[in-house]
Amino acid sequence: MIKAILIFNNHGKPRLIRFYQYFAEDMQQQIIRETFHLVSKRDDNVCNFLEGGSLIGGSDYKLIYRHYATLYFVFCVDSSESELGILDLIQVFVETLDKCFENVCELDLIFHMDKVHYILQEVVMGGMVLETNMNEIVAQVELQNRMEKSEGGLSTAPARAVSAVKNMNLPEIPRNINIGDINIKVPSLSPF
Amino acid sequence: MALKIVKGSIDRMFDKNLQDLVRGIRNHKDDEAKYISTCIDEIKQELKQDNIAVKANAVCKLTYLQMLGYDVSWAAFNIVEVMSSSKFTYKRIGYLAASQCFHEGTDVIMLTTNQIRKDLSSPNQYDTGVALTGLSCFVTPDLARDLANDIMTLMSHTKPYIRKKAVLIMYKVFLKYPESLRPAFPRLKEKLEDPDPGVQSAAVNVICELARRNPKNYLSLAPLFFKLMTSSTNNWVLIKIIKLFGALTPLEPRLGKKLIEPLTNLIHSTSAMSLLYECVNTVIAVLISLSSGMPNHSASIQLCVQKLRILIEDSDQNLKYLGLLAMSKILKTHPKSVQSHKDLILQCLDDKDESIRLRALDLLYGMVSKKNLMEIVKKLMLHVDKAEGTTYRDELLTKIIDICSQSNFQYITNFEWYISILVELTRLEGTRHGHLIASQMLDVAIRVKAIRGFAVAQMATLLDNAHLLTGNTQRNGICEVLYAAAWICGEFSEHLEDPMQTLEAMLRPKVATLPGHIQAVYVQNAAKLFATVLRKHDGETESQAAQETSQLLIDRLPLFVQSANLEVQERASCILQLVKYIQKLQQKNVEVAEEVTALFAGELNPVAPKAQKKVPIPEGLDLDAWINEPPSESESEDEKPKAVFAKEEPKHSRSRHTEVDEKELARRREVRKQEQANNPFYIKASPSSQKVYDAPGVEHIPVVQIDLSVPLKVPGMPMSDQYLKLEVERRQKEKAERKKKEKKKKREKRGKERKADSGPESEEDITPAHQVDIVTEEMPENALPSDDDDKDPNDPHKALDIDLDKYVPYCRHLQFIHVLHIVYDIQGNHQDESKVVVSVIFENKSDSFLKSMEFNVLDSLNSKLQRPEGAGAHDSLTVPFQLPPGQDTHAFLFVSSVSVSIVAVCIDCFLMQSDESSTHEKLDFKLHFTCTSYLITTPCYSDAYAKLLESGDLKGSSLRLEGINMPFHHLLARICFHHHFSVVERIDSCASMYSRSIQGHHVCLLVKTTVSIDAKCDEPSLLGNVLDEIKQTFSKC
Repeated sequence: MIKAILIFNNHGKPRLIRFYQYFAEDMQQQIIRETFHLVSKRDDNVCNFLEGGSLIGGSDYKLIYRHYATLYFVFCVDSSESELGILDLIQVFVETLDKCFENVCELDLIFHMDKVHYILQEVVMGGMVLETNMNEIVAQVELQNRMEKSEGGLSTAPARAVSAVKNMNLPEIPRNINIGDINIKVPSLSPF
Repeated sequence: MALKIVKGSIDRMFDKNLQDLVRGIRNHKDDEAKYISTCIDEIKQELKQDNIAVKANAVCKLTYLQMLGYDVSWAAFNIVEVMSSSKFTYKRIGYLAASQCFHEGTDVIMLTTNQIRKDLSSPNQYDTGVALTGLSCFVTPDLARDLANDIMTLMSHTKPYIRKKAVLIMYKVFLKYPESLRPAFPRLKEKLEDPDPGVQSAAVNVICELARRNPKNYLSLAPLFFKLMTSSTNNWVLIKIIKLFGALTPLEPRLGKKLIEPLTNLIHSTSAMSLLYECVNTVIAVLISLSSGMPNHSASIQLCVQKLRILIEDSDQNLKYLGLLAMSKILKTHPKSVQSHKDLILQCLDDKDESIRLRALDLLYGMVSKKNLMEIVKKLMLHVDKAEGTTYRDELLTKIIDICSQSNFQYITNFEWYISILVELTRLEGTRHGHLIASQMLDVAIRVKAIRGFAVAQMATLLDNAHLLTGNTQRNGICEVLYAAAWICGEFSEHLEDPMQTLEAMLRPKVATLPGHIQAVYVQNAAKLFATVLRKHDGETESQAAQETSQLLIDRLPLFVQSANLEVQERASCILQLVKYIQKLQQKNVEVAEEVTALFAGELNPVAPKAQKKVPIPEGLDLDAWINEPPSESESEDEKPKAVFAKEEPKHSRSRHTEVDEKELARRREVRKQEQANNPFYIKASPSSQKVYDAPGVEHIPVVQIDLSVPLKVPGMPMSDQYLKLEVERRQKEKAERKKKEKKKKREKRGKERKADSGPESEEDITPAHQVDIVTEEMPENALPSDDDDKDPNDPHKALDIDLDKYVPYCRHLQFIHVLHIVYDIQGNHQDESKVVVSVIFENKSDSFLKSMEFNVLDSLNSKLQRPEGAGAHDSLTVPFQLPPGQDTHAFLFVSSVSVSIVAVCIDCFLMQSDESSTHEKLDFKLHFTCTSYLITTPCYSDAYAKLLESGDLKGSSLRLEGINMPFHHLLARICFHHHFSVVERIDSCASMYSRSIQGHHVCLLVKTTVSIDAKCDEPSLLGNVLDEIKQTFSKC
């Protein structure tokens, strides 16, 4: 079982949190802080597994994470999950994000947290792995997005125009935080 | 009106959406909290509007704020509103918010039941999908109970997308509502062979999760999984199955033997490291389970160890880590094969990655032997020095102690060395593990009698240099060591060379800065030392030294009397009075030494931690019986005041003491022993604990020559290394001597046999430096050997420990024929309401192969089997699989079309063939279609329900259930579950329930806690039958 999925950036700012077991909000923030503390002090060339983390889990739980440019993707899992399998799953998830957002970067995650959640929901459900086939995930996400579009979406056309106006006088948004080389070599499962 | 709408939409144009909110927060870095609080105010305004789009937008923003740590549970009701929107876009936002912040304590969850049920049966698969996903995060016992049936139906949905979600969520439902496991299990099992790989993978996932907690109930699925393992190409599924086998093999060694071959093949063939790794892991599990039975698997072990070595040597840190992890599993049963890779593991200790170093440390634990212990610990001590101020150093420290103390100090040949290691460890600043070192010191000093002299000397030095330990602050956990040092010096003070000096060190004013519990030990042991000093000077008339000691105590103790710590204060004032009294006696030249020593006489034996629990209750002793008759009620307490205590108590204690004298005791003991010896049921004490009783005498302690060539070290200089050198020298010397002896022998028995004595020393050759008598921990006489590891009673998985092969009460069973066992279940079909689905499970009970089976169904007036296109009304239906002999079970499903309810009769015929000869067997049976099967769980709102009842179309009837004593909600759950009802409303002592037949007849129930059921229905025959069935359900329990 997966107990929690956390995405935060190099400064520990959460970009997506998904707990599959109930924790109160302040506890959730503590867990994020602790996890960030544990993960961020590790070099990039050490292993991606981490034991400990007193707040979440216990001896049966492990943190399995991957670091892409500015973002950490951390999965907290118990012993029923295969360590290398989860590493691959993170890779699948990130590649899916890349496909859905077309060259994903941290800003996409910042401004479209809801969409990232919808994608994640097609990968993991209730703490169990739902789908590992990327094409299948992307297909389902797109079908649902199409449905949303046919309903007119959340913000209708005039609102979008307004949003463009609102955008104009804003300081420039940094657009250069690309996630970079996503195809980091993984000792991996052959394609699912 | 129109104007209002226009105005509303213009307002909405300037509402912030999620992106605006995020942007705003990023632009207000300095006053983020203030900005967010104004945003929350806006959101509250938006939530008050009627427009669902505005609400959805607000809820979406709340979800973002929830991630930032804001509690948004106040908006729970609005979230439910958004969830119930008919538009997918809004529904999805609502469910996402709910899954992020709803939990069992959220009270609005109970409002969602009907909405979720509606979404689950929605024609749009994504409405259903979103509802399932959301539900998987916030399912509660109530939701699980009410929706279990609906979800079970979805497991046979036509769309694989829904099927896989429904299958996965069942695990959550099981956890919350364990009763649903049994009826759902056949269908779950059937999904293992679903044509869609996603659904199959989900089913494997759920069953693995279930089996991991209660493996024994799933052993019967092993053949099915075996088949899957050899046929599946999906690595994800393979990994799960292989992991599952790892959990099953300890329970069934035969399975292990079967597994070895295919797993070995996979290890050789696969290119996926994750699969390889899990295979190796499971092979290890198999080998462990087999290790007792057959030793003939050295090839497999070699293969595993070899593959793991490749992993560990890989440059990829992840593989290295996992390799070490798996290696530690082999270590437990096959230490030899791991020990040959000691070089590799020691190398990993130098790795820059802490996780890897920790794993390597774990491995070391099992690799030590008498021969290499000192060497390994030396290496670790070097690492300790390097790892200043990290948690890793603490980990090292505990590991060193673990390694040395494992299995009763089995590998320690020289305890002086161990004590000096412990003393060296005390110099680590800022470690949390002071108490661990302290307990080791105590343990060794108490249990290894021969070492006490040395230990006491070391501890005295520690006490003398206490300032080094307490150095900077009290936070320093290391000062715990002083606790042990003081106690050892006091308790074994007869070994002290200069007790006076130690006493002085223990009474320094600085001691008052130590934690209270340590001071208390200081004070108490100062008294013990005092006794020793007195005894030393015993006999000398007008001993100056003895009087000086008394004076020292009298001068210094008042400091402790003032202590804020009660324990310290109490002990200090007690001892102070005692010393003052002794001083008086001394001045009168009275011999006091003997009496003072008597205060601390007697030896302390170590007691096993579980000893108290294991004291058996003597025969005839009833712990619950009254010792004295309880005072009768009428006798008021005031009648006989204090008299009871004042008169009786002293008498009791006095008489007990006087009447039991030594001889009497001895006699009784003798009698008891005799009795025990004659009693065949009496379990005798184990020899080890007996030993402690028999030989507490000091005569048995071997005298140790302390090697005085090793001077006691001043703290600050490591000295354990010297022991290492000495040890090596000693061993060489011994070896040389042995060689000499052997040569002598050889000379004597020349030509008889040639031994190669150049080989490495074997384990047995190393003799301990001194014969130490390791005292075992005391256990009470005749303690029963048992280990009582209590399982966590709160574990939710405990409730899922259900033997699934046993009688399944929810489904109906058919004839228990010696050949075949059939279980079936009938459910209404959501997609086509004129049909019901019958799921049948066949179990081959015979020992021959069931080659084919055919159904011949005789359609009745009311029901018809749905046959393939073009088949006649009398054609039989072939079951599309074969059944191997033995326990194998399979599920099958067919649809029968129904016009009116009640009973349908079917006749079946089976063709059975055993290996050589084939036999036909015709088995006739009836499928009983209860009318409950035709009821479909349908949500109903209370106002609609009220209208229905008012309409007057329904006819009533009622039923009383006798002898039911289950909680009301269980009763409701049963009716919901077995008879497909849903709860409309529950008010205190009664609940209204509703269901609908597939022909659209309404059935309403009013259930009261007095267990009477009033029912109303527009079809009288259906009503009577439903009530009969409910009655039957409850008569069974």
